Amino acid sequence: MARIEVDGLTVRYPGAAPVLALDALDLDVGDGEPIAVIGPSGCGKSTLLLVLAGLVAATEGSVRVGGEALAGARRRTALMLQDFGLLPWKTVEHNAGLGLEIRGVDPMTRRATVAAVLERLGLAGFGHAYPAELSGGMRQRVALARALALEADVLLMDEPLSALDALTREDLQGLLFELWQQRGHTQVLVTHSIEEAVLLGRRIVVMTPRPGRVAAVLDNPEMEQPGYRSTETFLRRCVALRQMLESEGAFESAAGAARAEA
Amino acid sequence: MKRPASRVTGYAAATVVVLVVWEAAAAALRTRALPSPGETARVLVERFGADILPHLGVSVSRVALATALGLALGAPLGLVMGRSKRLDAVAGPLVFLAYPVPKVVFLPILLVLFGIGNAPKVALIALIVFFQILVTARDAARSIQPSAILSIRSLGASRWQVFRHVVVPAALPDVFTALRISTGTAIAVLFFSETVAGTDGLGWYIMDAWTRIAYPDMFAGIVVMALMGVAIYELLEALESRLCRWTRTGTGR
Repeated sequence: MARIEVDGLTVRYPGAAPVLALDALDLDVGDGEPIAVIGPSGCGKSTLLLVLAGLVAATEGSVRVGGEALAGARRRTALMLQDFGLLPWKTVEHNAGLGLEIRGVDPMTRRATVAAVLERLGLAGFGHAYPAELSGGMRQRVALARALALEADVLLMDEPLSALDALTREDLQGLLFELWQQRGHTQVLVTHSIEEAVLLGRRIVVMTPRPGRVAAVLDNPEMEQPGYRSTETFLRRCVALRQMLESEGAFESAAGAARAEA
Repeated sequence: MKRPASRVTGYAAATVVVLVVWEAAAAALRTRALPSPGETARVLVERFGADILPHLGVSVSRVALATALGLALGAPLGLVMGRSKRLDAVAGPLVFLAYPVPKVVFLPILLVLFGIGNAPKVALIALIVFFQILVTARDAARSIQPSAILSIRSLGASRWQVFRHVVVPAALPDVFTALRISTGTAIAVLFFSETVAGTDGLGWYIMDAWTRIAYPDMFAGIVVMALMGVAIYELLEALESRLCRWTRTGTGR
């Protein structure tokens, strides 16, 4: 069970000019539910993920993951960042097994687990390569391998595909969906992309500009249909989400940021 | 990746150039102060076992010990300073006050404190290596990508594990560069300190030959000291390519 319950979450970064990143945010993600979070740049989406990963403490409010109040990094939560969080000095094998190594899993078990996961993600034979020798899409797969090796039941992703070209991106969106369907983990995907949100979020959470709050939630139950990407429902949902973002005044900056990153 | 074969060829070619220039200079100048390569080689072979080798041993152990000391103290302190704002606030100003001071001016003080044996020479070289490594390690640790740290912390890494898996390897290539650079300075300072006090080491051997007007001996000493520098540099290079394999592949570091 890995339900995420966020209640009245406020995060204020201290300093000479304190920044209110999140303001009394409420969010409930069911066990095994995939949600997407979308909103303008600087709306506190990343802060929300860091809080869920146990890396940033709540100033006010409570966060419970898997029924327990969050205090620091949780064993079965995996965080994936935009640049994949791979360590350049470790081989694919060691990067994928890093979580297990930190948890003190013995090398034999570690190697076996990692080998199986790399095989599953189409990385068999790349165990001894360094990240610099891989394409962006393959690096992303290594980051996924790390999460799978941990048997993560919560997968937190911050713009995980934004550095990739369009085709690789589609490919990995498919892989993320497939993995979620097979494993049924709870998934929070922060993204700038309307299409990605509609493809991978059974619910899509729209955030307000800073300080971040939940502006609206869009239900998207059809995302589990096979071939959803080419259905009319998908297109209509994208349009609906776009309108929602526009009415929240979030669209301009979200689209601008997406352009700036492209 | 440099292939060892092309490296050897490079060294061989450079040696030939040096020998040709030297031979030509010796023939042109016709002075006792510049013996030819052949004469130097003869003296070198003749004197090596009995005379030069013991001095070489003394010099090598001084440099090795001093470098190890400087590295063992400078690298950890620099890395911790780079990652801890509090320690950096305390130690940073001290370091930056001391860093630009040429350490070699402390030799007289060290001679007074430690006598004329190995200790002042080792201490002086260690001091130089220490500062070079300290400053480099600190800067390297400061410039680590925040995402690398976040990502490993999200896996539940302790402070020590963050150091072991991220901070140390991230700084390693820079530390090696600093080591190779400070080797040059270390050998120069070694020469200087050996000529100032004591009766052993290659520096002393070279200057002793000079006072005896034994120029071929002097040149033999110079050649050996130069080769010692090359050997240390190559050793560090080999260590680096073993320990920093990822820098030799692709574009990443």
